[in-house]
Order: sequence, then structure tokens, then C-alpha cells
Amino acid sequence: MARVGIIGIGHAAFGRRSDATVQELAFEAFRAAMNDAGIGRSDIDASVIGSVPEYHKQRSLAGVVQEYLGLNPKPTWLTEVACASGCAAVRTGWMSIMAGVHRVVAIVGCQKMTELETPEILALMGRVGEVQWESIFGTTFPGYYAMFARRHMHEFGTTHEQMLSVAVKNHFYGAKNNYAMFRKEITIEKARDSDPVASPLQVFDCCANADGAACVILADEERAKALCKKPVIWLTGMGCATSSMSVLRRPNLVGLPSAQIAAAEAYEMAGVKPTDINVAEVHDCFTIAEIMACEDLGFCKKGDGGKLIADRQTYIGGKIPVNLDGGLKAKGHPVGATGVSMTVEIAKQLRGEAGERQVPNARIGLTHNVGGIGQYTFVQILRRE
Amino acid sequence: MFKWFGKVNFSPFTKVSAFADHLKDGRVMGSRCTKCGALSFPPRADCVECMHDGFEFFEISGKGTLHTYTKIAVAPTGFDDMVPYTVGLADLKETGRIVAWIGETIPEEEIKIGMEIQVVPRIFEEREKIKVYYTLEKPGTTWSKTDSMN
Repeated sequence: MARVGIIGIGHAAFGRRSDATVQELAFEAFRAAMNDAGIGRSDIDASVIGSVPEYHKQRSLAGVVQEYLGLNPKPTWLTEVACASGCAAVRTGWMSIMAGVHRVVAIVGCQKMTELETPEILALMGRVGEVQWESIFGTTFPGYYAMFARRHMHEFGTTHEQMLSVAVKNHFYGAKNNYAMFRKEITIEKARDSDPVASPLQVFDCCANADGAACVILADEERAKALCKKPVIWLTGMGCATSSMSVLRRPNLVGLPSAQIAAAEAYEMAGVKPTDINVAEVHDCFTIAEIMACEDLGFCKKGDGGKLIADRQTYIGGKIPVNLDGGLKAKGHPVGATGVSMTVEIAKQLRGEAGERQVPNARIGLTHNVGGIGQYTFVQILRRE
Repeated sequence: MFKWFGKVNFSPFTKVSAFADHLKDGRVMGSRCTKCGALSFPPRADCVECMHDGFEFFEISGKGTLHTYTKIAVAPTGFDDMVPYTVGLADLKETGRIVAWIGETIPEEEIKIGMEIQVVPRIFEEREKIKVYYTLEKPGTTWSKTDSMN
């Protein structure tokens, strides 16, 4: 089977980036990825932009990014599946190369979220759920994950303390990531003292809106081997699935069916098992989401996710290190950029370039990028030979 | 008229618009496919099982059990005057699930996953302004007109 490899990675600093437009953020990540790959723009056949349009005043974002990157007249298009737009872009680039249409594709995830005024954010927040039957009761994004959390606690005895331990871990690693929004460790006491958002979730259970961008350059096997001076990181398992938009149509509220299906697909394609994964990036938009992700991905049994973090098994040296870049929680969550950022982090880990956050001898890594409350999930397995 | 449905309504036009008219008369309706008989709540005009486009409404008992809930402290636009409010998700006896506020017949300290609830229609009517919705209440609670959305 044909193969697609990552030949360049780049990352812009996440956070409140009042110094830059969204296309300027995209350029920071793109330039870094091009320098990393050691190639020029004439080597790029197309770009795919992962971003969520409703946060930007600029309509049709791909056009303005493509122009600013200096990639005209090469083709470009936008992928949008809420918070999973980034890995959707990775998958779309992979598909175009597998189909033999393009040979080298730039994947750019970029998002500017902090320019919106509070009323605009609150209005958007009220429409994240299914609007006909759910949003009319003032449901919110944290509110949905809070309902998962409450049910998870009920069925498995998961504690809120275990959830907050996820935040403590992710801030511990985020403090060591130059690109993270919050570069400060936190204590469980500080997390416990934070304001309520949607019970049982508090401020420190939630990730933050952010600005940012990340970029990976993908190439077919022949071009990857010819162009790449560093170890090529291969996309070997590409899983993707959906679940109902409405929480009312879900089989249960203790996991995301789309994540379970996407994971099974990715493991099968890559020919690996959950125990083969050396390092993972999972979608911790809320602390309960990381706990459910570890279960959905098979890192532990369904219901044991709280115990996994309580036993420190998701730290370096544990059974499966998770979110060593700080995760969405500490790194910030510029929605369209997040999935690409996860891909960058795993590529870094597999190359051995993650510095003090490095998992020793990591060869196989995984990304888990979720849109909404699991309406879309992408699970992608990366491998260094 | 479906625009009556909800404190804030985001989707005034739908093929199941009569749902709101029934609700105004104190009935909560699900849908039944006229071809294969599949039931749905919330109602849908197009059968998800057999793809048939014919449906009829049927009244649900409103009986159910609480599946999960959350007390929301940070509200979106249009709900800030209600904060904090508790949203419950219940499994309905006949079919499907429902999301709604947990009403005043159930005090906060009595809310418990697995408890029985009754879906109760609420009608808020002022001159030239009608809003209909429903809440999750203690079994035995009957529907009523209400003079506030809070």
C-alpha cells in the first residue's frame, strides 16, 4: 500500500495573540514547517486549511491564508468539523496523496478566537448543541461534558478529584512547553477552589479559547524519502467516525462511540494494539474528556479512566503518557489548530525532539481529535521506522 | 407554531411544527412512522429506520427516569437572567430521551440519577407573545400555564 509521511512540522505560540491576524499566525507555523522540511514553496502541490469559520470576521478563510502564505495559484480548501477540523485537514491531505492527486501537501490548522467580544462568544456558546430540541434550554458545551461527567461518576465511581488530577498533569507538562498558553503548574487545591461552570465541572476542568496555528507537510513515499533529511514520520492508521449531533440519540453518556469506532479502525489499519502506543495526544477539552478518551482508545477498561490518572499512569514513565505538551487544557484550544498541533507534538516525540517532555525511545504515537461532544472523531496513528 | 417553542428559539420552521401547538394544549408528542411504525422522541418527519416520509404524532406519557444532570453557572445569551439553572437529561418510558430544566417540584438536594420524573408542559402566554416549553418534575405534577420563564 502507498504511504504518506510527515516531512516538516511547525507551530506558532498559542494564547491571546493580539499581535497577529489569523493568516499571520498561519504563516508562523507554515514557515517553521517549511524550514524544518528544508523545502521551498515550489515543492508544495496544495494546501488544506483546518479552521472553524464562525470565529473569524474574514469569510472564506482558506483564500486569505493561501494568499498570505504565497501559495497561489496552487489549490486550497477548508475543512470544518468543529474542534476536529485540524485532523480533518490531515486526513484530507492524506486522502489526496493516497489518491495520487497530489504529492506534497501543506496542512495548516489556524484559528483566532480572542478577537470576539464577550456577547458574541456567549451567543456562539448557546448554539453548540442541537438547536431545535436542546439549546432552547440553555445547554452549553461545558454543560454537555458535565452531564457525561455526572453519569461517569454514577456508573463507575469516578471522582471529581480524579478529573482535576488531569488538569494538574496537563499544567505540569504545559509549563515545559514554549508554545503553551498557560506555562504554570497548578495544585489540586487551586483547581478545587476555582469557580463553578457547570456542575461538577469548574473553571480548571475546562480548556481555554485561544489563538494559534500549527502546520505539517505531508508527502508521498518517494517524495518524502527524497526531500526529508530527518526521520520520516508515517501516517499508518487513519480512523474517522461520527456520532449523533444530539445527545438524546446516544447509546450512553459515558464515552464517545465515534472515538471507539475511529480507534478500532486506526488500530486495524496500523496493525497495532493500544498497548503498542508509546505516547498519545488526546482531546482534553474538559478533564472528563481525557478520562473517557483513555477508555475509548483502549488504554484502560471502560470505567477505569479515573483510576488511570489517579495512579499517574498517564505521566512519563507510566503505562501510557498522555498530552505531554499540556493538552488543550494548558496549551490552549484554538479549535482549528488543535488537531494539527497534536500531530506536530507526536511527530516531535517520535523524532526524539521533545526535550524535557520526551518519552524515551517512542516509536509509535497516537492522536485523538474530537469535534463537539464526539459528533466527529479522528484517531490517527503515527510511526517512525 | 414552532417559533413558540423555547425561551430562545433558533429554528422556527420545521415539518414537525405542530409539536408546539400540541404542547400549548398540554400534550407532549413523539412521532410514529406510518410505514414501519418506528417511534421517535424528539419527533422527526423522516423515518430514520426505513426512510419513509410519512409520520403521525402520538402523545407520550411523559414518564421517565433521570439519566444525568448539570447545574449551569455560566449561561449563554438569553439565559443569563436564570443562572444558575439545572438541566436534566431523562430516559422516556415510550422511546427516546429528553433534555429540559429540572423544575421547582424537585429541590436541588433531592435530584438523583435514576429518580422517576414527569415531563410537564409549561405555557407562558402574554398578549401577542406565546412561549411553550416543558420541565422535568416530580411524578404526579400536572401541566400548567405559567407567568414566568424562570
